[in-house]
Amino acid sequence: MIEVKNISKSFGGQQVLKNISMNFLKGKTNLIIGQSGSGKTVLMKCCIGLFDVDEGQIKFDERNFTNLNEKKKKLIRKEMGVLFQGGALFDSFSVEENVMFPLNMFTKMSLEEKRERVNDVLINVNLPNAHKKLPSELSGGMIKRVAIARAISLRPNYLFCDEPNSGLDPKTAELIDELISNLTERFNMTTVVNTHDMNSVLQIGQKISYLYKGNLWWEGSKEEIMKTDNAELNDFVFSTELTRRLK
Amino acid sequence: MNIITEMGEYAMLMFQAFKKPDKGKVFRRQLMMDFQDLGTNSIGIVAIISIFTGAIIAMQTAYNMDNPLLSQKLIGFSTRQMMILEFSPTIISLILAGKVGSSIASEIGTMRVTEQIDALKVMGINPAHYLILPKITASIIYNPILIVFSMFLGIGGGWVACIVTGIVPSSAYIEGIQAWYEPFTVAYALIKTVVFAFIISSVSGFKGYTVSGGSVEVGRNSTQAVVYSSILIIIFDLILTQLLLV
Repeated sequence: MIEVKNISKSFGGQQVLKNISMNFLKGKTNLIIGQSGSGKTVLMKCCIGLFDVDEGQIKFDERNFTNLNEKKKKLIRKEMGVLFQGGALFDSFSVEENVMFPLNMFTKMSLEEKRERVNDVLINVNLPNAHKKLPSELSGGMIKRVAIARAISLRPNYLFCDEPNSGLDPKTAELIDELISNLTERFNMTTVVNTHDMNSVLQIGQKISYLYKGNLWWEGSKEEIMKTDNAELNDFVFSTELTRRLK
Repeated sequence: MNIITEMGEYAMLMFQAFKKPDKGKVFRRQLMMDFQDLGTNSIGIVAIISIFTGAIIAMQTAYNMDNPLLSQKLIGFSTRQMMILEFSPTIISLILAGKVGSSIASEIGTMRVTEQIDALKVMGINPAHYLILPKITASIIYNPILIVFSMFLGIGGGWVACIVTGIVPSSAYIEGIQAWYEPFTVAYALIKTVVFAFIISSVSGFKGYTVSGGSVEVGRNSTQAVVYSSILIIIFDLILTQLLLV
């Protein structure tokens, strides 16, 4: 489980996160939703250590990440997989090399073992024959799947996904959502997904946290979100004609 | 950005870059790739420019030395000295600042804006070390090889020009390039080359690493990398000449 306790973060005098506390549950797909500029990405970057928090703590299974030195943070980072918004695949590496990269850096596996692991994770993301392709030869959905494969290659305990559906068509977005949800269950990971895609919320959201202007405004399940009387959340969730009809 | 702040950030980045490698095998692999990208791929442009410049230096020297009292071997001597002392180490380094410097800055800058550097950091890898140190090492090792190559080709270009145009007999030119040779001039040139190689790769790495924004900023920082490297090369050329030769 990941515990976020009273964290605040400011940039140049503007407070982006305001005393936020929440838990991300193990073996569940935890969604952070909110409008653009609500602080979702900043919260995630604080959790993965790309930003230092001004106040508060982030604990990974009782280990206080915020207090650790770089060397100890590195040990927890090895347990994290991160899917960035654009995939962040290394351009000069093939798919196989991208997925093998964390294994090369952090394991003493033999080449044969590494190849076996790469094959395994690429099958998991439904890309069994893409080993030799370069990122420039992949579609948007394939880039996301390779990025997921790389993120899970070290069998992480924690998976963070920043806007996994951005720029994808609805069908591919649904496939990516299913993939994240299935992998979370299969590997019993604590998965945190940043999104403003309502399909994702309804499809895979097991625990949903709504950020509004840097505050944690609402928490609940996908069933509860349909019945909430929270005005700001309703404005956000049911902002389109389709979702209003659905309600 | 304040220049003092920028220099401080540069020093901190270099401190990060020169930490012990996370994994020697991965470092060696990156180094090999950078030898190819930064060194081998520059051989063509270095060869063409050196041959033609050597030829031009020989022809211009001959044109300006029309006094019959001056020995014809001075043409070979002048060509050799100009190639070794200034043209090969400094001018070729300036050309490499343009070619290699912009390549390093735009490659690392693009990695910054597409979150590839964040991905490295999240994996627990020191991105400065992983990306910049192999490029500095490759440049420091490969640039002296390119410069020695340039010296030979430039002097050879002068010889070919003498034969083709007939401005000076081949034997006089060859006698000239062997005359009054001081090995320290080559050492001086190589010391300069190593310093310039460090400037090109580290400044360009820094400008790429500190990009924030998008493609416009990548282009802007790449241009700055070339400009800053070129200015620093000229300044250090003056300082090193004063320290080593005068």
